[in-house]
Amino acid sequence: MSHTAYRTLLSRLFVGACGLAVLVALIPLAFILFFVVSQGFQALNLDFFTHMPKPVGQPGGGMANAIVGTLILSGLAALLAVPVGVMSGVYLSEYPQTRLASAVRFASDTLNGVPSIVIGVFAYGLAVLPFKQFSTLAGGLALGIMMIPIVTKTTEELLVLVPGSMREGALALGATRGRAVFSVIIPAALPGIITGIVLALARIAGETAPLLFTAFNNRFFSTSLTQPISSITVQVYTYAISPYEDWHRQAWAGALVLITIVLVCSMLARLATSRVSRLRTR
Amino acid sequence: MRARSQDLGFRLTTGAFAAALAAIVIGVGVALVSQSWLTIQKFGLGFWSTSTWDPVAGDFGALPFIWGTLYSSILALLIATPIALGIAVFISELCPARLRTPLVFLTELLAAIPSIVYGLWGIFVLVPAVRSLQTHVPDALRALPIFAGPPLGVGMLSAALILAIMVVPFTSSVAREVLKSVPVTQREGAYALGATRFEAIRAAMYFARTGIVGAVMLGFGRALGETMAVTMVIGNNPQVSASLFAPQYTMAAVIANEFTEAADALYLNALVEIGLVLFAITLVVNGLSRLLIWSMARGARGPRRKPAGAAA
Repeated sequence: MSHTAYRTLLSRLFVGACGLAVLVALIPLAFILFFVVSQGFQALNLDFFTHMPKPVGQPGGGMANAIVGTLILSGLAALLAVPVGVMSGVYLSEYPQTRLASAVRFASDTLNGVPSIVIGVFAYGLAVLPFKQFSTLAGGLALGIMMIPIVTKTTEELLVLVPGSMREGALALGATRGRAVFSVIIPAALPGIITGIVLALARIAGETAPLLFTAFNNRFFSTSLTQPISSITVQVYTYAISPYEDWHRQAWAGALVLITIVLVCSMLARLATSRVSRLRTR
Repeated sequence: MRARSQDLGFRLTTGAFAAALAAIVIGVGVALVSQSWLTIQKFGLGFWSTSTWDPVAGDFGALPFIWGTLYSSILALLIATPIALGIAVFISELCPARLRTPLVFLTELLAAIPSIVYGLWGIFVLVPAVRSLQTHVPDALRALPIFAGPPLGVGMLSAALILAIMVVPFTSSVAREVLKSVPVTQREGAYALGATRFEAIRAAMYFARTGIVGAVMLGFGRALGETMAVTMVIGNNPQVSASLFAPQYTMAAVIANEFTEAADALYLNALVEIGLVLFAITLVVNGLSRLLIWSMARGARGPRRKPAGAAA
């Protein structure tokens, strides 16, 4: 074989190997989606959303308390993360060169990389240990801390995209900097920021580890902020490691609900991002 | 003058929120140190070199957990890195433009699936598959320490496989960004010299090598801290073993499993210290990886390729 033929062959093999890598990664994705959808559909019915968990041995029942719990926990997380995240994002885009900005950017990236279980340990020390009580608030705090860096990052990235002429127009009309940001720049980037918040919510709604010893779990229906509360993820975990067939089915149904939330949110985000990139070319 | 003072107020308000963000990170570090002070004082560095984990006797050594964390993460990297780089090259250099957006979407979907769903799938699909694979390993190989032990299904191999699947999207998306920042002249130069596709891409990858190492390290950081999926398939047995089939334990998993059971202060401190070290390791790994990616992005001057498709 001539050297050129060898080089061409090598090149083709490389291209083939890269294509193969894509397939190798997509196979588990297909497998996971297939199992979650097929197993989940068998167990999912209206009762799942409206009924409470049944004791072992009684088939049926649902996760009404866990679904409400996940909603409350995510809501609390957003209450903490949206103001802190959006305001930090505004600061980073308005004063990008200051020393505080580089420190905050570093802190935000760092926080984003901290394992979720460590955030759980932190929230435990802050909000469980002093009160000797697992609580919804502690769970919301843990999820909120995880959400802050995501919101900060999307806000900063989107605000930077807003055309400079819009800011200049506002300033030329005599607006203060704060006025320009809150009346002109943020509204222009709002669809994108909301998309980012929705995506962040979808991500933290799927978190389990930070809730294990903050929100803990609750077999009963609870909306109290100072009591332990159930969540879809912790409930799926409890069911998955149990030895009971009925509970395994419930776990798959819970997984299907989680995956659906994630899928719907990322589809919506995709639609919204294409609108934002149109803003950039304007 | 009123406008100036209002500008200052705006800067101070937003700055306060931003400073709060930075304070949280410092707070995490301080809280973890103060809540693990008991074991730090009592065991010192010996905590990390002994393997006794006996909460009843109050004797704690975390070697099996750090071993399990490093072993599973490195194994996962060995599996995930070639696949992730292959995907990055395929999407950024080889595939038709029409395929690009859907492929990016699908690989990102892999990153969006919650950890608990990976774990559930791991318990009921992956672990049985690994178990049947293990029963088919010939006896001659069984004699090797790396394949020692009964075919349980749960254990190091299952954990590494599930971690690899979870890490691929992170590494490949950063590697894709890094390849995008290689000046187009690099490739044009290679082609002008008569290089094949492989040789031109190899040149681009060589140019991007710091950034690619950064992308791999970012995946490493993810693998180190991954909790639920690993906890559900690794077997949770504190032992230092080289065997892929042996049930082992990781730092994140022991915190997840035992934190609510830790009744006395020393036990709780021991678990928090594991969390502290996990925090420190991921801090260093992520910091280093960002530094590499950043220096690569700064180093690559010259005309860039246009951003791929509509991918924002």
